[in-house]
Amino acid sequence: MPRGLTPWLFLLGPLALLVLFTYVPVATMFYYSVTDWDGLRRSPDFVGLENYLEIFTRPELFEVFVVSLYYFGASFVQIALALYFATVLSFRVRFANLFKGILFFPYLVNGVAIGFVFLYFFRPDGVLDTLLALLGGEGITRQWLGDPAAVNYSLAGVSVWRYLGLNFVLFLGAIQSIPAERYEAAELDGANRWQQFRYIILPGIRPVIGLMFILAVSGSLSVFEIPYIMTGGANGSETFVIQTINTAFRFNDFGLASAMAVVLLAIVLLVTWLQRRLVPEERGVS
Amino acid sequence: MRSTTIASLAAVAALTLAACGGGGSSASSGEGGPISGEITVLTHRTDIVDTVFADYERRFKEIHPGVEINFEAITDYDGEVRIRLNTQEYGDVLMLPDAVTKDQLSQFFEPLGSLEEMSRKYRFATEKAYEGQVYGIAITGNANGFVYNKRVWEQAGATEVPKTPEEFLAALQAIADRTDAVPLYTNYADGWPLGAQWAGHRGAISNDPDAVNDLASTDAPWTPGSELHIIDSLLFDAVQRGLTEPDPTTTEWELSKQLLGTGQIATMNLGSWSIVQMREAAANPDDIGYLPFPVQVGGKFHSVISGDFKQGINVHSDNKAAARAWVDWFADQSNYATDQGGISPLVNGPEPTTLSDFTELGVEYFERTPEPAGEEGLVDRIDDESEIGITEHLYRQRIVDAARGARAETKEQIFAELNQRWAAARAETD
Repeated sequence: MPRGLTPWLFLLGPLALLVLFTYVPVATMFYYSVTDWDGLRRSPDFVGLENYLEIFTRPELFEVFVVSLYYFGASFVQIALALYFATVLSFRVRFANLFKGILFFPYLVNGVAIGFVFLYFFRPDGVLDTLLALLGGEGITRQWLGDPAAVNYSLAGVSVWRYLGLNFVLFLGAIQSIPAERYEAAELDGANRWQQFRYIILPGIRPVIGLMFILAVSGSLSVFEIPYIMTGGANGSETFVIQTINTAFRFNDFGLASAMAVVLLAIVLLVTWLQRRLVPEERGVS
Repeated sequence: MRSTTIASLAAVAALTLAACGGGGSSASSGEGGPISGEITVLTHRTDIVDTVFADYERRFKEIHPGVEINFEAITDYDGEVRIRLNTQEYGDVLMLPDAVTKDQLSQFFEPLGSLEEMSRKYRFATEKAYEGQVYGIAITGNANGFVYNKRVWEQAGATEVPKTPEEFLAALQAIADRTDAVPLYTNYADGWPLGAQWAGHRGAISNDPDAVNDLASTDAPWTPGSELHIIDSLLFDAVQRGLTEPDPTTTEWELSKQLLGTGQIATMNLGSWSIVQMREAAANPDDIGYLPFPVQVGGKFHSVISGDFKQGINVHSDNKAAARAWVDWFADQSNYATDQGGISPLVNGPEPTTLSDFTELGVEYFERTPEPAGEEGLVDRIDDESEIGITEHLYRQRIVDAARGARAETKEQIFAELNQRWAAARAETD
């Protein structure tokens, strides 16, 4: 057997799965986006760019991106917290592994379960209100999901809790790949913890921070799971993906919904590209 | 490394095998001989598939010992089966998902008989019929109204059955003033209780079996005095006067049944299918009663009755004879409708005991007229095009939000916007 073939043989399984479950569905999505398919008809009609025209002539379809701003704002909190915990836990700390486990755990829990847990957490006289009452904070108690001024903050808060663990683990991995000698040298030179963070850790994990912001942008544009399970998009918490789902499954317009999905993909790619242009990544020469 | 490769190879192998599997249940019977073979029945009743349905299987096999039945209970029935319809593997017998429009029925389901012949024996036969052929038999039938806790209503002094929306709201107000119960629970968070349950009153309010079909010829379904205006105004006014749950976004369906049973909720707008479930959840089943929509025509209450899910046969089934035997047995002999407190699909079936309140009040039932030939599905197509969703919950959630002050919109603004969208969609739909 020619040597060059061996790696491909190993890759056959994962590649087959990737093509089957990612590229084939995306290709069919592009196809549906130029048809008027209702989700059932055998032979959908080709309508060209009509669906795209409809999207761009209906500005109200983009209004829901305002909701994404809450999640985008929350992602800064999330990244800051994750970086803080990763830094603290990369130093010698008692029970470090326990804390790492606690921080990462929410990411492993099924999103639907998290949605339901937080429904109980937020309901009137639920866990949050009880906690606040114990701490003497009855004054700020409100309908956490019912108050239109609070609902998106509540949901974004759940999102932070859920995804913090992923950022945390990525940061921790990056921090731990920094050679230990640098800390030793820094300590000999009398650098304190803040200086170590500022001049060793931060430059060392810069590419990972860049990646985090890209994930934060694409994540907040395509928020779906948490608001869909907890409010179904009601009370002003509708996101672009929920709107897409409703278009497909409630109003039976898979063509338009597929076009909306393509537009979202294009927006995410565009924003990522802009971000890379504005904040160029340093090449890995240290 | 090595073990992962083996695992991925195994995964590929499994996929290939799975592709070859399926469709191996062919054992159809010869003409005239005893029916035999294996059929798969899809059902939405995840709660009773292992108990009541197992008993049905036993009774069915006493008549057709050669037939093997596999039940497949699906939680998100409509959503999941609608996607599976794009394959050929959607069981032999199934409940017809509502997403399938009438002109698509023959693409997916086996015709069960002519409309003329079927409607002599079955109620609701027109609901899944196209061009004179029937594709599904209702498993049970429902009336529409408000399920309520009699004890709470009496405690509040609301003993007269309300005959107008204003009287209904006054009764709810009395409940709010004199009891601790939530007068009307919307079940907003679950969504679906704000959908078809409210839309189900169309027709009953004007005592017009054509009321839904007539939506195809109006540009303003939400005009004062029109059915949708009356229905949605009742919802809006009840919420605006604070007669519904304080935080609608955290309601919970399963819990609401117990709350109604224990008198913490006074009223909910639900089809008659809910009565049995409410009684089961109640401390005293006799507390649970049923009210018609508070509008009278000619001094009488009316309620539209319509079929629940309709059971039909997969057009790709390998064992249509056995599938047909099950569908017929289920409709004629299972007694499902009566056991579930519903209206029997049989024209001469027994009157359900759950509707004794309606019988006492002299509520008149009628079925809606099917759409005229050539216009099948037209109202639904306009509805989809307008993205309103009359039988969905989205715009009613918006009404609730506006009424409780969570959206800066008046009732009139919402109705005007809905009318405008309806008119625009009607112009675009042929």
